[in-house]
Amino acid sequence: MNGFVYLTDVVTLELDAAKCNGCRMCVVVCPHNVFGIEAKKAVILHRDFCMECGACAKNCSEGAITVKSGVGCAAGIINGLLRGTEPTCDCGEGSNCC
Amino acid sequence: MTQVGAIPYVATRWDFYDRWGAVKVRWSLGRFKYRVTPGIYAVGNPGRDSLVFVTGNYKLSFDHLRRALKGIDGWILVIETKGINVWCAAGKGTFGTKEVVRRIRIHHLDQLVDHRKIILPQLSAPGVAAHDVKKMTGFTVIYGPVLAEDIRAFLNAGLKATDDMRKITFPFVERLKLIPVDLFYGKYYLLIVPIVFLILSGFNRSGYSLDLVFDNAGKTTVNLFSGYLAGCVLTPAILPWIPFRRFSAKGLVTGWLVAILLLFAGTLGLTLIENISWFLMIGGLSSFMAMNFTGSSTFTSLSGVQKEMKTALPLQIVMAALGIIGWIISRFL
Repeated sequence: MNGFVYLTDVVTLELDAAKCNGCRMCVVVCPHNVFGIEAKKAVILHRDFCMECGACAKNCSEGAITVKSGVGCAAGIINGLLRGTEPTCDCGEGSNCC
Repeated sequence: MTQVGAIPYVATRWDFYDRWGAVKVRWSLGRFKYRVTPGIYAVGNPGRDSLVFVTGNYKLSFDHLRRALKGIDGWILVIETKGINVWCAAGKGTFGTKEVVRRIRIHHLDQLVDHRKIILPQLSAPGVAAHDVKKMTGFTVIYGPVLAEDIRAFLNAGLKATDDMRKITFPFVERLKLIPVDLFYGKYYLLIVPIVFLILSGFNRSGYSLDLVFDNAGKTTVNLFSGYLAGCVLTPAILPWIPFRRFSAKGLVTGWLVAILLLFAGTLGLTLIENISWFLMIGGLSSFMAMNFTGSSTFTSLSGVQKEMKTALPLQIVMAALGIIGWIISRFL
């Protein structure tokens, strides 16, 4: 995956290990292998692989993970700038976006 | 008939219309109307112990799932994602806890099956809180593999997705599939901009010359489209091999590579200032289009793209503007 690492030291992912109950859900849902388990607690192994999709935070029943999630998409950010909203890929019916 | 009424059976093979439909949506034709009616579907000969697979109502998602379930008896629960694929819908929250819970209830899943498990695609996790679904419905969410094609292996392993099944990759073929949609990003500008350049190319010191328009027609059009395609076709195709991490920088590299080729092919300019102008325009355009591919990629973060755009977008605009001004000036030299 080395050709597929994006900018380093930018992501907003935070893990509060004190709240972690070791359920492994973050390891399961992360599509980029960011998390691991050490001594029955979650740890961030590859922070720069994170794409801020928010799956880990959403599925953490203890609220131990926070991340400002959103679309990593230039068109979506331009959309947000033009409309004065948060970045959104919701550009309405019939337009070219996901 | 089941406890909850008649349920349609679906095939696990793609027929001609499924294949043709898949090709069409990849080219952005009717992509937002390619939908399945939400509800429960049967695959094979499912019973009260059969597993339930959940997906969104984008027909391409549904088709991939049912094809992967060949030889398996199971239920498919299609939820309303407004015709959007699983991952994007999860990002927007339409493939979310609320809709999953609502569908479990209105389709009486608890009466259809005896067990209390549902299998969701892993990429729906940004929208669904498994523990909340459990709290509200009693159903345990099990996240399956990223790709439907791994479902059989996932089942054979006792509902366990291996590390490889859980990781999202971005191989060459997948990148190619996403190119056509970006091709149409420019929409009617793809027609208007070349025509404006054609009209402007007639100006010179002695007034306006239609001959000049005809002389330049091929060149300006080739140059413009080369910049566009360098950004939205060439860059995605060779993405991991282009130096730099920023997509805008990758696009600048491919744009200038193409511009160098055009320089030797003789389509750029006749004067130094015209050549420089084309380098600025092609570079800026290619960089912008490449930056837009962040939205199609599987590994860019919002924070990263915002950081990249803060410097890249102004640069792209300045490059294009200087290029256009220089090119117009070069008409009169």
